[in-house]
Amino acid sequence: MANIYEILRGTKDSSGNYQRMPVIVQGITGTFGSLHAKMMMDYGTNIAAGVTPGKGGQKFEDKVPIYNSVKEAVDATGAKISIVFVPAKFFLSAAKEALEAGIKLLVAIPEHVPIRDTMQVLEMAKQKDAIIIGPNTPGIMIPGLIKIGIMPASPFKHGNIAVLSKSGTLLYEISNALTKAGYGQSITIGIGGDPVNGTRLIDAFEMVKDDPDLKGMVVVGEIGGDSEEILAQHIIDTNFKKPIVAYIAGRNAPKEKRMGHAGAIVMGTYGSAESKVSMFNKANIPVGKRPNEVAMLLSGKMGSKD
Amino acid sequence: MRLLEFQAKELFGQFGIKTPKGKYSNNIEQAREHAKELGFPFVIKFQAPVGGRGKAGGIQVVKNQDEFELKYPQVAGMTIKGEKARAILLEKMAEYQKELYLSLFLNRSKRCYTIIASGEGGVEIESVKNQTIREVGLGDVSAQVAEDVAKSIGLSGNSVSDFVEMLQKLSKLTIEKEAELAEINPVALLKDGSLLALDGKVITDDNSNFRHTEMDKYQEKTELEERAEKSGFTLVELDGNVAVVGNGAGLVMSTLDMLIDNGGKAACFLDVGGGATTESVYEALTLISKMKKVNSILVNLYGGIVKTTTVASAFIKAYDDKLIDLPVYARLMGSESDKAKEMLKPTKTKMYDSVEEAISGAVLGGTKNG
Repeated sequence: MANIYEILRGTKDSSGNYQRMPVIVQGITGTFGSLHAKMMMDYGTNIAAGVTPGKGGQKFEDKVPIYNSVKEAVDATGAKISIVFVPAKFFLSAAKEALEAGIKLLVAIPEHVPIRDTMQVLEMAKQKDAIIIGPNTPGIMIPGLIKIGIMPASPFKHGNIAVLSKSGTLLYEISNALTKAGYGQSITIGIGGDPVNGTRLIDAFEMVKDDPDLKGMVVVGEIGGDSEEILAQHIIDTNFKKPIVAYIAGRNAPKEKRMGHAGAIVMGTYGSAESKVSMFNKANIPVGKRPNEVAMLLSGKMGSKD
Repeated sequence: MRLLEFQAKELFGQFGIKTPKGKYSNNIEQAREHAKELGFPFVIKFQAPVGGRGKAGGIQVVKNQDEFELKYPQVAGMTIKGEKARAILLEKMAEYQKELYLSLFLNRSKRCYTIIASGEGGVEIESVKNQTIREVGLGDVSAQVAEDVAKSIGLSGNSVSDFVEMLQKLSKLTIEKEAELAEINPVALLKDGSLLALDGKVITDDNSNFRHTEMDKYQEKTELEERAEKSGFTLVELDGNVAVVGNGAGLVMSTLDMLIDNGGKAACFLDVGGGATTESVYEALTLISKMKKVNSILVNLYGGIVKTTTVASAFIKAYDDKLIDLPVYARLMGSESDKAKEMLKPTKTKMYDSVEEAISGAVLGGTKNG
């Protein structure tokens, strides 16, 4: 699989700075798309082009060219990254178009994408060796360098902790607490709240685990599915030694009810919080009872390390 | 959405999966007519989205009119695992030699559909022994795969072709209706070797509802839940008295977890979505004002790009409009929080710096108010 860091920041130039990789925004003229395109630009992300069919030739914020198709935008900018803001029912065609045009990292913001559509996109992404983040994700960022998503900038600070999260607001909440406690983030990846994710927890773990600057990891999970359990088993199997702490939302949620996220549902024992917590414990990963406990647990783990 | 047994069986019927003859009713008058049509004996089955109905006494055999008159109201009046009956199904019984298990379900981590089958069914999936598990991509099951599965669970003779037919029909249903789970448990292996679906459970992908309007009739949502959905919120109504509101599913779940850890009882889970505006918070308060058991409101908002003063003005407007008169325990994270606190001073809304403090406020306030 393509290296996420290489896609996000390229290689260092002669003066030791990373490149500002071009990013395309699909749905740049919509309310949500334009708001966040502007915020990403303010953060320093190189928004190189927008795509809105029928609005080709116009400019966003007087400087970003808008194209009718992803292909045109890719041809003009050489971008390998796209962030998608289209309504859920148009996601399938928007994502297909992006993958056809050679996009290698697709950040899928829309919530309520049908699972079958996601599965079709993932099938295609596999053939094209592309990474999909989401759907229903806040996005991905390397604090201080690039933000591709809808997360506010304020909770995040550059550092050495990778944060992988199924939840958006808990990602902000916990990163904010980490930042306050002196733990900046090397990368944050929003897995998304859907039942089927382009980048699962285990994929996100694989993406970041070999980063030489990585000093620790925080995993924010929630009820539903078994991706936390699979990650925990993988951590045991690969004997990964850097400190990891976790948080699981939904311990007291009723069964067989969807708790806000399409994926946050316990069916029988499949997806229960107990199962996740006990697997994390088996992998020697402490699980916070409150989001605010996570930074403290991490500090304990980091301190105990020789 | 999660279909009830009789609804799942209605779908099975549409796809040609055989089920026992049955009729569902909402009152005994209706059911008396059904009893006449079906003829004794039959079973009365409690219809609600819960497992373990048999053990709880929600499934009863009825041999004659007297038993029917006694047992129908009994079963109809039951509460199983907190759920009341949505309907009662009367169904003919089948004589069978064995119970099997069969389901197609979306394996989320593997991102593919999976067949689970067993020669030992009739118990909840966690206790089903000797499972055969097959991954089948997007859910399409070939005759060859179905036949392999049939043989692996010990079927032979005409049962094999019956099983292949049943599994392929279940696969068609799963794909066409975009199900996350389609389960037949148990499948009855009848004395002549043919198969019959004795129970059914289907859970479909809610995000695909827009292209399945034919399924709308199965939607089970309270009026408030429906209204919440229209506003782009998620509302789950619960039994307690503290309304829990926040932005983002994870954050609201964590707030609910902490409230319950501290002895509080939640009246609802209300997620107003990623952003929080004056309008969305006001609409959330409107929904809560329509709930009967609520005696306080716990609010946890993480406003990354929102000013807390904007949110505060929603509370003030709700009190001014006499929409609510309840105490609100709020943690509003975001800019200008000192100003928001000042604004809220004359109201029944108390603003806290941490969610933990807001929760203690709600729990203590709840006991004080009785």
